[in-house]
Amino acid sequence: MKLIASNISVIRGEELILEDISFTVSSNEALIVRGANGTGKSTLLRAIAGLLPLETGTFSVDDPDNEFGDSTHSQLCHYLGHENAMKPAMTVGENLAFWQEFAGQPHLEIDEAMEMVGLDGLQDVPFSHLSTGQRRRISISRLLISYRPIWLLDEPTAGLDAASEKQFAKLMQIHLEDGGLIIAATHIPLGLENTKELVFGEQE
Amino acid sequence: MIALLKRDLKLSFRSGGGAAIALLFYFAVVVSMPFAIGPDPILLSTIGGATLWIGALLASLLGLERLFQSDAEDGSLDQMLISPTPLAAQVFTKSFVHWLVTGLPLTLMAPVFGLFLGMSQNALLASMATLAVGTPAISFIGAVGAAITVSLSRGGLLLSVLVMPMCIPVLIFGVGAVRAAVTEPDPFLPPFLLVAAISLFFAVIGPFASALALRQGAS
Repeated sequence: MKLIASNISVIRGEELILEDISFTVSSNEALIVRGANGTGKSTLLRAIAGLLPLETGTFSVDDPDNEFGDSTHSQLCHYLGHENAMKPAMTVGENLAFWQEFAGQPHLEIDEAMEMVGLDGLQDVPFSHLSTGQRRRISISRLLISYRPIWLLDEPTAGLDAASEKQFAKLMQIHLEDGGLIIAATHIPLGLENTKELVFGEQE
Repeated sequence: MIALLKRDLKLSFRSGGGAAIALLFYFAVVVSMPFAIGPDPILLSTIGGATLWIGALLASLLGLERLFQSDAEDGSLDQMLISPTPLAAQVFTKSFVHWLVTGLPLTLMAPVFGLFLGMSQNALLASMATLAVGTPAISFIGAVGAAITVSLSRGGLLLSVLVMPMCIPVLIFGVGAVRAAVTEPDPFLPPFLLVAAISLFFAVIGPFASALALRQGAS
């Protein structure tokens, strides 16, 4: 499958944040969005997820084998934003069970997904007791418990230590090899093969 | 949908959920009334229905501010907006849970609190009946206000100011029905049915208005 963006412009308030952006990302491929702060990386991801109205342009999914029926592109996306989307008052297991049921298309078991991010055994711990990096890893495991081919990752490695970063790179690589595609906004190299780059703003 | 219902119910009984707060506040409003007005049983029983209704209205408004705000803060709202489940259906679910943990307990406790006000048996039953059909309207109207003020950090007061005028018809007919139940020859049914109609109306319109406001707020 392919995600095709053509001539995307997004206005927030009075300001034109994205102007005439076009790209294509295919299965097994990652698009890394780079650029200084405030150049519109997050805006692009939010626009792809369908959280922002487009001023011009369209997103479309090219799905020759008709694998995903007539789902719109945003229904095929996992969006990992700056916030972790977990309730501090509930345990890790309860949080993940909720998201799995809410998002549908269950993929990995919760135990399995937590093992993949190296946090198995923490199911019954309240989410508020976790450290920043652990919270992020639980949030990452949300990507694994229900299946979406497109991962939209906004600064996914914020708060992760080196070992977790490597682990996450492996997870992304598996997702890509599975036929998924990734669009990530980041400053830090994610350690992926087969990537494209989209650079916003002036680069030194 | 069921997942959201279960989660929100669970959260409202956890720390910071505030399911009990509305009930305690309701109790405080009703109990302070006799102290303010004086121990005149006839006067108290006359204004009993109005007191129960105003208490219920104010208590329902308490938790509304957090209805969408906590989801917006932790990023859950983004996931809700992306979800293939229609946003209006999700809003309906959340409003319904709000009613389950505020409106419903308020209704069930109203006859007990009404005893403090020396209300007659008929008035107690009428209060319970009108609150049962009227408090859903407050939750559904309130959800619209909560959706509009979701991105404001101190939106609670604005929310009350926005929601209160819309709730006035519910209050008028609700209290009217309670009064009609104890004064002959006023009929109880017409105002009671009007309250029910308002609730049904807002149960349909409210979620769509809230969904629209939430989408606007996200962008």
